Amino acid sequence: MLSSPFITKPSSVSAIMLRVLLALLPAVALYVWYYGPAILVSMTLASLTALGTEAIMLKLRDRPLKPFLSDNTALLTAWLLALSIPPLAPWWLIVVGTAFAISVAKHLYGGMGNNPFNPAMVGYAVLIVSFPVQMTHWLSPLGLGAGLGFGEQLQYIFAGTLPPGITFDAVTMATPLDTLKTQLHLDHAVTQIMQMPIYGYLAGKGSEMVALGFLVGGIYLLFARIITWHIPLAFIGGLLLTAEVFHLVDPAHYVSPLFHVVSGASMIGAFFILTDPVTSPTTPRGKLIFAASAGFITYIIRVFGGYPDGIAFATLLMNIGVPIIDAYTQPKVFGRKKGQP
Amino acid sequence: MSKLYHFHGGVHPPANKTQSTQTPIAQAAMPPRLVIPLHQHAGGTATRPAVKVGDRVLKGQVIGLPEGRISSAVHASTSGTVTAIDLQPVAHPSGLPALCVTLIPDGKDEWIEHHGTDYRELPHADLRHLLRMAGIVGLGGAVFPSDLKLHSGQQRIKTLVLNGAECEPYITCDDMLMRERAAEIVRGAEIMCALLQAEVVLVGIEDNKPQAIATMQQAVATGQHENIRVVAVPTIYPGGGAKQLIRVLTGIEVPYGVRASEMGVQCFNVGTAYSVCRAIAHGEPLLSRIVTITGNVQRPQNFEVLLGTPIAELAAQAGTKPDTTGYIMGGPMMGVPVPSAQAGVIKATNCLIASSPALFPPAPPALPCIRCTRCAEVCPADLQPQELYWFAKARELGKAQEYHLFDCIECGACSYVCPSHIPLVQYYRFAKSEIWAHEQEKNAADLARERHEFRQERLERDKRERAEKLAQKERAAAAAKAAAAAAPPAPAGDSAPPAAPAQPAADPAQALIQAAIERAKAQAALSKPKNTENLTPQQRAEIAEIEARRAKIREIARPDNGQNEGP
Amino acid sequence: MMTALFVMAGIAIVLGAALGFSAIRFRVEGNPLVSKIDAVLPQTQCGQCGYPGCKPYATAIASGEADINKCPPGGEEGIHKLAELLGVEFKPFGEGTQPKAKAVAFIDENVCIGCTLCLQACPVDAIVGAAKQMHTIIAPECTGCELCIAPCPVDCIDMIPLEENIDNWKWRYPVYALTPAQ
Repeated sequence: MLSSPFITKPSSVSAIMLRVLLALLPAVALYVWYYGPAILVSMTLASLTALGTEAIMLKLRDRPLKPFLSDNTALLTAWLLALSIPPLAPWWLIVVGTAFAISVAKHLYGGMGNNPFNPAMVGYAVLIVSFPVQMTHWLSPLGLGAGLGFGEQLQYIFAGTLPPGITFDAVTMATPLDTLKTQLHLDHAVTQIMQMPIYGYLAGKGSEMVALGFLVGGIYLLFARIITWHIPLAFIGGLLLTAEVFHLVDPAHYVSPLFHVVSGASMIGAFFILTDPVTSPTTPRGKLIFAASAGFITYIIRVFGGYPDGIAFATLLMNIGVPIIDAYTQPKVFGRKKGQP
Repeated sequence: MSKLYHFHGGVHPPANKTQSTQTPIAQAAMPPRLVIPLHQHAGGTATRPAVKVGDRVLKGQVIGLPEGRISSAVHASTSGTVTAIDLQPVAHPSGLPALCVTLIPDGKDEWIEHHGTDYRELPHADLRHLLRMAGIVGLGGAVFPSDLKLHSGQQRIKTLVLNGAECEPYITCDDMLMRERAAEIVRGAEIMCALLQAEVVLVGIEDNKPQAIATMQQAVATGQHENIRVVAVPTIYPGGGAKQLIRVLTGIEVPYGVRASEMGVQCFNVGTAYSVCRAIAHGEPLLSRIVTITGNVQRPQNFEVLLGTPIAELAAQAGTKPDTTGYIMGGPMMGVPVPSAQAGVIKATNCLIASSPALFPPAPPALPCIRCTRCAEVCPADLQPQELYWFAKARELGKAQEYHLFDCIECGACSYVCPSHIPLVQYYRFAKSEIWAHEQEKNAADLARERHEFRQERLERDKRERAEKLAQKERAAAAAKAAAAAAPPAPAGDSAPPAAPAQPAADPAQALIQAAIERAKAQAALSKPKNTENLTPQQRAEIAEIEARRAKIREIARPDNGQNEGP
Repeated sequence: MMTALFVMAGIAIVLGAALGFSAIRFRVEGNPLVSKIDAVLPQTQCGQCGYPGCKPYATAIASGEADINKCPPGGEEGIHKLAELLGVEFKPFGEGTQPKAKAVAFIDENVCIGCTLCLQACPVDAIVGAAKQMHTIIAPECTGCELCIAPCPVDCIDMIPLEENIDNWKWRYPVYALTPAQ
């Protein structure tokens, strides 16, 4: 028998996820502007793979296709992964990553709502561990290196060949974070490194603008009440604070905190990856602890670790802690004193 | 203007209230039949029927006598004849029937003798007894006997809160009552205030009812009540929940398991205040209430309805539309689907919404929880509904309790906002009733263990005592023997073993039982109808009827009837 | 080498002392396992497990003599609880020990001869009566063990299943219509 309430607010998972996808568009547009349309190809590939894998897994698990294929969560995973890996890479890279993310990280853990780890970040982690060469060569931003046309990008993605006379190294370069690390190893000072052509106003040329695009999308999500302020603020705060401490101690070897905030995947991480509701804590205090710790770990991996960026591993590490963070940060219940069971 | 407080969460569902406030409260027509349930208050036990089938009753006559502490009388809503006292469908989510009195009105609407009293002249205990016998219960929907709440126990009651917030969509009965009968509400508040010896009365009305606020303020001013204040509170669901309204008006948070009175505050619905005034000042027990008929009807409006009026009869007066599929008692957020339109209006019926698939479309299929915490954001009890759902779904009842399942007031705000359309409240209700059932089972098991252990002990003791007696006898016998041995030899017959008499005694007992069995068999044969071969069909029918009645009496006399008291 | 040995021996002595001390200091009287198991059992005292009551069955389980699936009144849930308590696998009911619907005994007072045999059989003293007086069951205290049925010489005791009524009704587990119908 039916029971109350008999009315529901017109909202759905699919509508929420659609708005998150929309919020990614400003960054995608800037991405296309600075790096060319290759990203659109990898996003399309990722989307098709995600939907296909989702359908196969749902069939295998004897679940209905329609509600889950239309919930847009698989698409979101696909887009986040595509935006996290180099766009100019062989087609199978994104396909393998997305298929792994959807089939193993999502469905083998019980499908939507049950996965303890962020699927996109699991996909990223698998790729960077398995294919480190492909994962560390990024397209040069606009104005640096030899530009490639859309046809040429397509040709490389699907056939693996470049136009005659152009080498792979001419169109790609290490990321700004990577470059910084390499240069520091060569005993160059931070101020000196920042003069390199790869760096723009705050961080990497181009990538800092894309980060700004993510910030714009993130602010939209905040205003649309799809995410709360806790995670983005705590993450950026955690990252800034850690970076500031090191920067104060030795400014010659530790770059300014703002550099970290607009570098790498910081912005997409703060607003789109860490905020994934399924894999983040549910309590306000828990969100703060979770995201601030992720910011700290990100910094440590970036500066002292062997990988170019730390967002993925920081996210996965903190995902493990979510149940325990939730359990210890339960808010005060109506009428009860704080800390009273 | 006093400071207002804030409670966490809340939602703003479409109000849908204006439809039913266009016309004044109308008197509902006298139905051909009234079905009055005998258990119309929250908790406790049902009232004891005070009439017999065939009795003529007067309007206001008690037909159900209160039994036990938590109980409140039930009355005949008009004069007429009792035609049945049996199980009838009632407005309860289970859809199971309950004991009801069926009354056929005689149309005279003849009152039993009654008179009002001045509350200042009676001791408080008498006033409370009057309210109990007048059947006054909380009319906001909780139907808890008001006399029990109008008691300032250990703690002094500082504030009396009158709840006119009426936050649920569609419902307008309190709004209309305040607009039209403000003076009597205020008089009721005065009586309640005196009973509680409260310092101040705060009437909380949501700010979407400006007319009600105005008339209430007018009534307070006319009565020159300096300690009564009408306060407009923000419109937000569930701002009319007792705990939420108390919080908004006084800043006090009443936790689960604590009575508001222990924290110096007590809360009543404005409708209850009105009926307290009618009961004390006019001597009229609770026979009718204001009911909003809305939803899929042609003329949504408020009626003053006699308790027991069948829902279908009432809805017809508002013009039921043909595609009506059923009725919801209460609002769309917390209401109960009525299992049968023949069920009678009860004291808890504040609103009846005729439902249709267009008005309340079935919820889309539920998707898994994505932990988006929209539910936690709107929860007025500061709970984590997504965690509770998780535990209730996995039947981890202990964990659910640890996460304060029982602090949930079932307001439905979480289900309302859930983007996955999960019937969250249903999971909580399931978990709660499971826990209650377990608790009862555990109590029963504890009782059984206690009784069993006591019995074992008793048997042990009996055995011990018997053995001691035997030993004593043996000792006595041995002493006698020794004495006999010393004395000249006695005749042989005397030295029989003393334990022997117990053995032969069993045989007569067996014989007695056998004889009794024979007698019982004979009696069983006797109790079966004899000479039934040459009867007319009419006589046979009569016999069958008598047998059926016997069976029914046995059914009623069955020991498990009415033994379960609820948690 | 010698230092390592000394250190190890030192640790062993300290830990041994701590263990010995706590064994004395935190000693638990009685056998808590039996009472824990007994708390899970439904206390019908029906003897369907083959033991004369719930406590003896609990003792038997605790000592490893009895299986955990011998208590039909406890239902499958009872087995689950026992399995969890003892850290063993769930074991389904065997043939012929399926749980029945909960019921209470009812004496047909027209037929009762007042023989007191059922009074002696009732493990929880839930039957009132005296010799040659009519007997009656105190329903709320009846555990539904059926032990009174066999001794009755006139078969006047029936088990009446407890039906759902408005007071003991429970909310159902919500039906989740997402997975396709099986």
